[in-house]
Amino acid sequence: MRIAIERRPYDSNLMKYLSPVLAIVLTLISGGLIFMIQGQDPWAGLYTFFILPVSDSYGWSELGVKAAPVLLCAMGLSVCYRANIWNIGAEGQLLMGALIGSWAALSWMDSSSSWVLPAVLACGAIGGLLWALIPAVLKNHFNTNEILTSIMLNYIALNLLLLAVHGPLKDPHGFNFPESALFTDAVTLPIIMEGTRLHLGLILGLFAVATLWVVMARTFLGFQLKVIGLDASAGHFAGYQQRRLVYFSLLLCGALAGLAGISEVTGPIGQLVPSVSPGYGYAAIIVAFLGRLHPVGILLASLLMALVYMGGEMGQIDLGLPLALGSLFQGMLLFYLLACDFLISYRLRIQPSVKPMAFPDTSTGVSQ
Amino acid sequence: MPASHAAAPGASQPTETQRRSSENTIKSNTVSPDSFRIRCQNITKAYPGVVANDQISLAIRPGEIHALLGENGAGKSTLMKILYGVTAPDAGNIWFDDQPIALKSPAQARRLGIGMVFQHFSLFETLTVVENIALSLDKQQAGNLKNLAKRIETISSHYGMPVDPHRHVHSLSTGERQRVEIIRCLVQDISLLILDEPTSVLTPQEVSNLFKTLKKLATEGCSLLFISHKLQEVKALCDQATVLRQGKIAGTCDPRTTSTEAMASMMVGNQTTLGKRYRFSTGTKKTHCLEICDLTELSSSEFGTTLKEINLSIQPGEILGIAGVAGNGQKELLRFLSGEDLTSSAESIKLKGKNIGQLTPGKRRKLGVAVVPEERLGRGAVPDMSLSENGLLTGFLQNLIARGFLQRGRIHGYANRVIDQFRVKANGHGADAKSLSGGNLQKFIIGREIIQNPELLICASPTWGVDVGAANIIHEALIDLRDKGAAIIVISEDLDELFQISDRIGALCHGNLSPIKPLQHTSINEVGQWMAGVFDTEFQDEQLHSETPVKEYELS
Repeated sequence: MRIAIERRPYDSNLMKYLSPVLAIVLTLISGGLIFMIQGQDPWAGLYTFFILPVSDSYGWSELGVKAAPVLLCAMGLSVCYRANIWNIGAEGQLLMGALIGSWAALSWMDSSSSWVLPAVLACGAIGGLLWALIPAVLKNHFNTNEILTSIMLNYIALNLLLLAVHGPLKDPHGFNFPESALFTDAVTLPIIMEGTRLHLGLILGLFAVATLWVVMARTFLGFQLKVIGLDASAGHFAGYQQRRLVYFSLLLCGALAGLAGISEVTGPIGQLVPSVSPGYGYAAIIVAFLGRLHPVGILLASLLMALVYMGGEMGQIDLGLPLALGSLFQGMLLFYLLACDFLISYRLRIQPSVKPMAFPDTSTGVSQ
Repeated sequence: MPASHAAAPGASQPTETQRRSSENTIKSNTVSPDSFRIRCQNITKAYPGVVANDQISLAIRPGEIHALLGENGAGKSTLMKILYGVTAPDAGNIWFDDQPIALKSPAQARRLGIGMVFQHFSLFETLTVVENIALSLDKQQAGNLKNLAKRIETISSHYGMPVDPHRHVHSLSTGERQRVEIIRCLVQDISLLILDEPTSVLTPQEVSNLFKTLKKLATEGCSLLFISHKLQEVKALCDQATVLRQGKIAGTCDPRTTSTEAMASMMVGNQTTLGKRYRFSTGTKKTHCLEICDLTELSSSEFGTTLKEINLSIQPGEILGIAGVAGNGQKELLRFLSGEDLTSSAESIKLKGKNIGQLTPGKRRKLGVAVVPEERLGRGAVPDMSLSENGLLTGFLQNLIARGFLQRGRIHGYANRVIDQFRVKANGHGADAKSLSGGNLQKFIIGREIIQNPELLICASPTWGVDVGAANIIHEALIDLRDKGAAIIVISEDLDELFQISDRIGALCHGNLSPIKPLQHTSINEVGQWMAGVFDTEFQDEQLHSETPVKEYELS
């Protein structure tokens, strides 16, 4: 018996939606095996990772807190990926949003005016947008590959952030810790549910889901983005302005990622610190694809990703497992998703082995 | 050789051509098996939706330079891949040195002594010539690099292909890289060399050097299969030619004695079965819809054709046909007209007196220009989108959008109208473009443009690969649009089609545009000569007219 791989005549729609589910199942199985290798009961491990974090209402609210930045980044990325623009730079755009936004917050935080918070958020969004402008200009006018430029800019953004918290934005009364001063209430996001840390960022994320759903499904702009993503030469032939669409999608993603960054520092964190993001911008890439680039899928996938973050922390606290296990789960999820996506265009066919055919038809014909 | 029949006279009667070509097909099928380097019989290979090779038979003697001629999509590449073991045929037999063989892989083909030079080189740019060649050989064959370098030098000087084995490939010119590819085949014992359009990447000087090399190879007994659609080169180089058309053998000839136009006519179609001539234009307005003035532009693609001083004008209410063998500048002309490539000066192209040479495709569309590209999937339509969405693709100016929002009802209605009017066989407006057959998708794309009522329609190969019924629908629609006062340019390789629908006709050859004449004042033979680059046909004109009188084209 052997397994043959053959191309499907048409891509399987069923597999398109089954593939993420399959990837999640495979990730859970592999996770269980890893727990076993670590000397843990796999069921207890998986329970600690995926059930325990959301076993109370506070856990659910924390899920929203973690999901918010991932959701904002992933929605922006989904627009880029629909247009076949491989922006890997959401992390850097998020960090620049946090940095520029924090600078604005620290400058204006003693004001009691009500416009201060919106202005700070806007600065964060603009910070991310300007950071995304760099790969957009390079792609449009110098024909560079946005994968490389956007990923390199992530590291530059991180180092700029570190420079800022070690230098100009460091709290003068902070005992030389690399942190900014704590933000005042004027520049802190309002809590949307009493007794939790759920903040306005989640509302912004849900707003992005709704708006971009309408834009992509119902407007000519969204249609054009899909066309250049599926078939750039058809878009060019039809007369769509490819450069403008590249600018739109990259800048939109930058702004949303920047908003995610400023929401983190003015929300749950409350000051600018070196570790603003535990890789939200990268996790958002996985979320975008796990959600099949569809707003509802992305919403669900971002909750799952938030759960993985929380599970990683829970595993560290309860089972003494390394925090990196959370990243391992993220990595496995992406790996299995890519592997399962192969089944959208291909299928496996089990062929009977040659041996049972040792008596070919002709010989049986002769014996009769 | 049975196929080496008498030369076709320059102005042969169409019936003569047909009789000859059918005779040849039969002959080549029953070729006698006396000492051929390679012989294949009744090779058939079908891909979904198209029979790429239909009962192809071919035989090449030792030392023979055999041309495989045909338009794009005629099946040349498929046949060549079969002979090199890349693709397995569905049916048919191959003999190599009179031994029946089943070619399973290129490696096996190489072991037999078959070498191939692809159109797109497969060399590692960061490695030297000798390293590249060593990579394609077995360990024993390659030996050490020093000896291999010596062998390369010997071969390159013997065949007049100077190449320094220690140079890095990235520093070599295209012509030199091709030499490396050829030498790579020659370091192995080779008895059949297949060359896929080798001259398309070369300068004229490089071409003549290459031909010297190839002729030398042939005199030493190596057989050559030379794939091309450039007739002059085939005439200059080859002893035999097999012409493919639409996957079938259209005929064989001796290119040294056959005129280029006779070969061209074999490539592009059977002239004897001229379809019914549609009605001529009843009158044009005395204004220019489109004017092209001294359009001289480099192609945007690396191996494209440079357009040279193209001048033409077209009036509302006429169809201008542009003939030519593919690769003579048609693609480039269409891209400059559609706006996918912009001209260097805006004045080169004028629409109703307005300079549009530097307007984007979208702006030209707003001015009433509609274009049907030659690629249906991947340019004319997005394969993974529904027909509704593909209608919107270029129909976005047809009141399908309100304040940026898609008007779904109207978009579906628009697609349904195209489907109904042009009898597109599809599973409703929600069917993916890729699920349609080529002909039905072509009807949809043409219909999508025609119901926009453009003032200028530019149409490439409107009925390529389309069945007769669909072709009639498309032709009728083009004629109707013309009668409504639109100017239409049809760029096609199908002379038959052009003589059915054009009011005036010209041809492209090497990026030059022939004179443009009213259809009644020219003949298929004259256009054939234009296609071969002979533009000065005034003298022969009178003779031709006596042979093919205008009244042959029946008016409908």
